[in-house]
Amino acid sequence: MEILSFLIPVSLFLGFLGLIGFFWAIRGHQFEDLEGDGHRILRKDYDDHPKTDRTGG
Amino acid sequence: MAATLTPSTSACAACVVVPSAEALAGRRARTQSRLMLSVPAVQNATSISEVERLLESVPGVRSARVNLTLKRVSVDAEGDVTAEDLVARLAAIGYPAHELDPGLLSVTENDKRGRDLLMRLGVAGFSMMNIMLLSVAVWSGAEGQTRDLFHWISAMIALPTLAFAGQPFFASAWTSIQARRLGMDVPISLALVLASSISLFETIKSGHHAYFDAAVSLCFFLLAGRYLDYRSRAAARSAAEELAALEVPRALRLEGAQETMVAIADLRVGDLVRVRPGARMPVDGVVIEGASEIDRSLLTGETLPVQAVPDTVVSAGEVNLTGPLTVRVTAAGKDSSLHRMADLVAVAESARNRYTSLADRMARRYSPSVHVLALTSFLSWLWISGGDVRLAVNIAAAVLIITCPCALALAVPAVVTSASGKLFRKGLLIKDGTALERLAEVDTVVFDKTGTLTLGTPRPLALQDQPPAALPVAMALAAASAHPLSLALVAGLRDMGMTPAELSELREVPGYGVEGRWQDRRVRLGRAAWIGAEEAAETATYLDLGQGGAPLTFRFADSLRPGARAAVDGLRAQGKNVMLLSGDSASAVQALARDLGIADWRAGALPAEKANVIAELSAAGRKVLMVGDGLNDTAALAGAHVSISPASALDAARVASDVVLLGQDLGPVADAARISVVARRRIKQNFALSLVYNLVAVPVALVGLATPLIAALAMSTSSLMVTLNAMRMK
Repeated sequence: MEILSFLIPVSLFLGFLGLIGFFWAIRGHQFEDLEGDGHRILRKDYDDHPKTDRTGG
Repeated sequence: MAATLTPSTSACAACVVVPSAEALAGRRARTQSRLMLSVPAVQNATSISEVERLLESVPGVRSARVNLTLKRVSVDAEGDVTAEDLVARLAAIGYPAHELDPGLLSVTENDKRGRDLLMRLGVAGFSMMNIMLLSVAVWSGAEGQTRDLFHWISAMIALPTLAFAGQPFFASAWTSIQARRLGMDVPISLALVLASSISLFETIKSGHHAYFDAAVSLCFFLLAGRYLDYRSRAAARSAAEELAALEVPRALRLEGAQETMVAIADLRVGDLVRVRPGARMPVDGVVIEGASEIDRSLLTGETLPVQAVPDTVVSAGEVNLTGPLTVRVTAAGKDSSLHRMADLVAVAESARNRYTSLADRMARRYSPSVHVLALTSFLSWLWISGGDVRLAVNIAAAVLIITCPCALALAVPAVVTSASGKLFRKGLLIKDGTALERLAEVDTVVFDKTGTLTLGTPRPLALQDQPPAALPVAMALAAASAHPLSLALVAGLRDMGMTPAELSELREVPGYGVEGRWQDRRVRLGRAAWIGAEEAAETATYLDLGQGGAPLTFRFADSLRPGARAAVDGLRAQGKNVMLLSGDSASAVQALARDLGIADWRAGALPAEKANVIAELSAAGRKVLMVGDGLNDTAALAGAHVSISPASALDAARVASDVVLLGQDLGPVADAARISVVARRRIKQNFALSLVYNLVAVPVALVGLATPLIAALAMSTSSLMVTLNAMRMK
């Protein structure tokens, strides 16, 4: 059972990592055009102007 | 990438030291502009590429980015790139577009509240997963100190989470308590607070059951519902804003000999405004110079253009056809007839806002019963156990958690989100939250004619019946003018394989027609009075060949909007009454009604009569869907149970309607009616599902058998079932 004292903080830490990743994604406007991003990945041409933080619309 | 494309001022330390650099940057910011276009036809990866590639090939455009979810494209460009130019280029490759006002739209873009809710949802989700992991160990039989440790860790995660993620509920519960109402948020907040405090108490006392998992997952599911609800509301609001921005209002003001482009808001009564052929009247006014014809179809529904000479009174929204006009402003902006109409509409709409949705009715009945139930269980267990407060509070908390409208809170938003997403893909924008529900109740559909069932663009009739020798002459004359009838005539004759005759001395007489010289004879094409012809009942133009004979009459009919037949047939197949209500002449309306098989039609209806017809139908207990586009329809649109207008409609009409059709095709109207019925059925099914779940789970909680495991399971399964049911919308 001593392993718990080690495993629980590890699992919490990993969870936090995921949460921080989620916050980062929200700040990066990654949820503003879900449909478009889904289609964009199927295009043949190279995306010369990937979305920047400012041109989120 | 952001840093290389657009160096921000804060990143440039030298800017502070060297002010000229900042000034330079400012000057550059002025010459570059951000244009926003609405492109409803963008559908998939190919169209994203086509639109972006086309726009980026335009000189001066720095970058173009399509947002498929909103069907918009934002363009970063030099100052000399105009939206009109881009719209024309897009239209040429088959993507009709409208300009949007980026200033108005920016509000919805950096939308704080939506991201705030999403963040709370994320935190609640994270905590729920971690607590569930710990709870699984407790449920599978962790004992003694291990269980206490797990409870303590759960508490440490759950309490801050609830304090942060539960804020929307606490805030709204507090406002409703202050207003002495019992909204849905009061039992929610009560359940969250009660469950977490009793669990904390149990943890301190090293008890068997803690409800941290239930409290946090309750919070998570409720936030999910809240977020979906917010998303569809935000979409509706941005639709309204998008439409307000659709017409960027500008006018050409005459200042001495100079013409300057100004915003309509800057115009004063008495200003002189130049209106070019093909442009829309920006203001109400009186013509003081020039001769032309004006198209009033958007305002009155009549397809016949009206002659405009000095002293003709014009109103905002009419289209100038042939010659340039100078107009003295009599009313602009807020005072113009368009805006007065919009005010009337606002009054009519407020009546409609009193509509109570299914969800409201449900919440009103459900919320008090939750409180009563929890209180009853507390008191009766207090009595049964002979004063065991700890047990009684435990059971009351379990009852509150079980009855909390978790699935209920998801039932409507999930369905509305899924249905309006489906409709948006078909080109329908839902502006109002309850529009879907109202659409589902419709049993009568009233169509306007001009601009709704028809495109408002003429098509020549029976050209092959005209003398063949006259046709090349007519074509040559018509080719000299940009009048819609001339354009239609040229197109019609070209389709017949005609080539224009050789004419000399061609000139257009604005407001009258075109004249020229053919084989040493003067030939004229134009208005009846100018030619000396008998005026026909329908839209027509007249040709004088200069031979002294009777002038030839070219008749026109409006061309049908694509999908109009499908929409009418589809609605009839769904068992709805279809009616045609137009301000146009009886012969034109009758022809169209017969063509589409509509038995019930009325012609020559004035705006007030249209509204009256709708009011009579409503008084007779019918639920009316009005589909219209003109200013003459606005009162009817606002008065109907629910209303739809095409994107080409006038501002006022779009404001008045609940649903806007983004594309040209009218077919989706029938789909919308069908989908709304399905959506309503799904909502009712969802309510039934969550009620059944309550009927099963509440007795379990009441007798005190609801362990945290059962509560968590019941809550998750019911929420999941409701969401899945919403998603199987077809």
